[in-house]
Amino acid sequence: MAKSKTSSVGRRNFLKTAAAGSVATLIAGAQPSIHSRSAAPIMSKAAETGNPASVEVLTTDRPGSDFMIDVFKSLGLEYICANPGSSFRGLQESVVNYGGNKAPEFITCCHEESAVGMAHGYAKIEGKPLGVFAHSTVGLQHAAMAIFNAYCDRVPVYIVLGNTIDATMRRPGVEWDHSVQDAAAMVRDYVKWDDLPISLPHFAESAVRAYKIAMTPPMMPVLLVSDAELQENPVADNAGLRIPKLTLATPPQGDSGAVAEAARLLVAAENPVIVADRAARTPAGMAHLIELAETLQAPVIDQAARLNFPTRHPLNHSQRGREVIAEADVILGLELTDFWGVVTSFRDQLQRSSRFIAADGVKLISMTAGDLYMKGNYQDIQRYPEVDLAIAADAEATLPSLIEAVKRLINEDRKRTFQGRGSKLASAQQDAFEQTRTDAIYGWDANPISTARLSAELWAQIKDKDWSLVSDVAPGMSNWPLRLWEFDKHYQFIGGAGGYGVGYGAPAAVGAALANRKHGRLSVNIQCDGDLMYAPGVLWTAAHHHIPLLNIMHNNRAYHQEVMHLQRMANRHNRGIKRAGIGTTISDPNIDFAKLAQSMGVHGEGPISDPKDLAPAIRRAIEVVERGEPALVDVVTQPR
Amino acid sequence: MDRAVSRRCGIRRFIAPLMIAGFLIVVCPGAEAQASTGNAKNGKQIYASFGCYECHGREGQGSVLSGPRIGPHPIQFSAFVKYIRQPKGQMPPYTDKVVSEVELADIYAFLQSLPPPPDPKKIPLLNPDSGAKKSK
Repeated sequence: MAKSKTSSVGRRNFLKTAAAGSVATLIAGAQPSIHSRSAAPIMSKAAETGNPASVEVLTTDRPGSDFMIDVFKSLGLEYICANPGSSFRGLQESVVNYGGNKAPEFITCCHEESAVGMAHGYAKIEGKPLGVFAHSTVGLQHAAMAIFNAYCDRVPVYIVLGNTIDATMRRPGVEWDHSVQDAAAMVRDYVKWDDLPISLPHFAESAVRAYKIAMTPPMMPVLLVSDAELQENPVADNAGLRIPKLTLATPPQGDSGAVAEAARLLVAAENPVIVADRAARTPAGMAHLIELAETLQAPVIDQAARLNFPTRHPLNHSQRGREVIAEADVILGLELTDFWGVVTSFRDQLQRSSRFIAADGVKLISMTAGDLYMKGNYQDIQRYPEVDLAIAADAEATLPSLIEAVKRLINEDRKRTFQGRGSKLASAQQDAFEQTRTDAIYGWDANPISTARLSAELWAQIKDKDWSLVSDVAPGMSNWPLRLWEFDKHYQFIGGAGGYGVGYGAPAAVGAALANRKHGRLSVNIQCDGDLMYAPGVLWTAAHHHIPLLNIMHNNRAYHQEVMHLQRMANRHNRGIKRAGIGTTISDPNIDFAKLAQSMGVHGEGPISDPKDLAPAIRRAIEVVERGEPALVDVVTQPR
Repeated sequence: MDRAVSRRCGIRRFIAPLMIAGFLIVVCPGAEAQASTGNAKNGKQIYASFGCYECHGREGQGSVLSGPRIGPHPIQFSAFVKYIRQPKGQMPPYTDKVVSEVELADIYAFLQSLPPPPDPKKIPLLNPDSGAKKSK
């Protein structure tokens, strides 16, 4: 054993002492009765009155975990989301006692997937990560799906994983099951960076480095393994610990020559189109995109992984995707993960086929930080896009220089052309909106409630408030909120899961609501039924921590996408289509989501299937939310 | 709920309407519908049991992300049948082994029997003013 007995302090000797005490107890009771077996161990006289060995140190006022909390405070982590686990018990104790349970505050989660999902939603509102503690092997495996979603969605999540590295320090039994040689290996394919610091100075450097890496576009989760011994052992008096200065890297900007070429193509184009997916990381990104679109009078298709562009802006042509793509002579793709899919239709029939749907000769310009960081195992990279100009850079950071370059090239002649184009686009956008209103009336009074009616009823109740939609709206809601509501602030929409992993919706909504709480915003979550059933305990977390959130169930009582896939297969195989509900529906019995919510201290109403009952129920729920608590209205809906 | 957004195809929000465009020949409110001899009541049952509503909604209202509106006022019956047998878009083909001509006639009759929708101008929630927000 490398370490001497005299250096073996703290946790390990506490364990030895506890074990010895137990042995002493057994010896003291010659014939243990049933009562004595079921009662708590009684300290032996020797254990009570004897002195510990002189070399043993049983307590410390300054464990390593206190310093770790100092580091987290320096990073500005507001919250730690976690399900408690012994491998980070030192950290947890330091959060709640040494750190005063404030910045970071410990948020009790019922599942690690919920903890990471909350971090995911929080980051998309707040623009920075919160901390997640996870418990060694089991905790990280629970967290894995949510980490993958955040990775695909380019969202920073700051994960600290407890683990006991030194095998000789592990408690016999469970701690061996909860220890791992290379913990990060479980998720290394979908975290941006990980490290295993072996000293407190090392921890400080790696902790600051991890934060910096997570926050550099393309943003992604990072993982720091925190050794239990390092947490629990005392800080040496002469440790000389310091926290390194955090300086975030400036986001990578596009090469000036490439930006100039992009500007030339866009200004010369007759029908330029801008497609944005994760372009607006911050409100500034949205403002830049508005300026670029207005300068060019170019239509924007917002794929809405973030809110990139106001929904009612005359240049928002997201609902006219095919038309504008087919007419485009230049397409600028901003932070797209699937540029190939923008210009190609794919047909999922027995013989799969694809077809280029853009005009011949169209010039494609990509601008994405995704070109700067890519991994191979998980295939979220999509098909290879054959672009004409690939600018490997963060779009939001590059847009100002592109706007300037565009402005320099615009002469009076082009300005007149742009104005004419803008007028036509505004007219087409208005027509599209009118068509959307007309489309909404079909099934208006249907029971179960149509997703269009649900969206319109909800909008009427929130539109005069400072609201934030903290859920996705596609495909389940048929995009109705984005089509009917007026979104014009970046925080009003956070997009979807990224990796399409179910179970993201509820925790991300609670996490986003946690971020919105201090801003006084009304957080609204349109919650799919199957998603909530993955880890409904996050409702309890919302109630326990008084996180105001309006949950409106989109309860179509099915894993609807899968129903359609099964129908497709049954059809393809000529076997009839009456059994597609087997294994794909969530009925018999129907889940009572109102009671589920109530059981966890959340205001719950429903199920509501008559549209006339919807508005009063939403109003009552909003009253609860405005008092600072979560509420849920169970709405039985049409499939989509 | 939807377990995944078209996991295989990677269909994104805006591209989905493009895909659906292949279906749009099914929906043509202005087209003169052929008189159907089908049984609307039976058609309603088949429409549900065959799962037509999964993509097109229980009232045939459709969705931009799954299937287009198909009622009321469906296209002519012959075109309706032709598309179901040999769709050009993402809709799976439904052969006569799966759904018979008689059953299609019943479904068609059900779609024809759907009541006309309300006038959007008379629905306050869809009034353009309902989209205006107060300044904060």
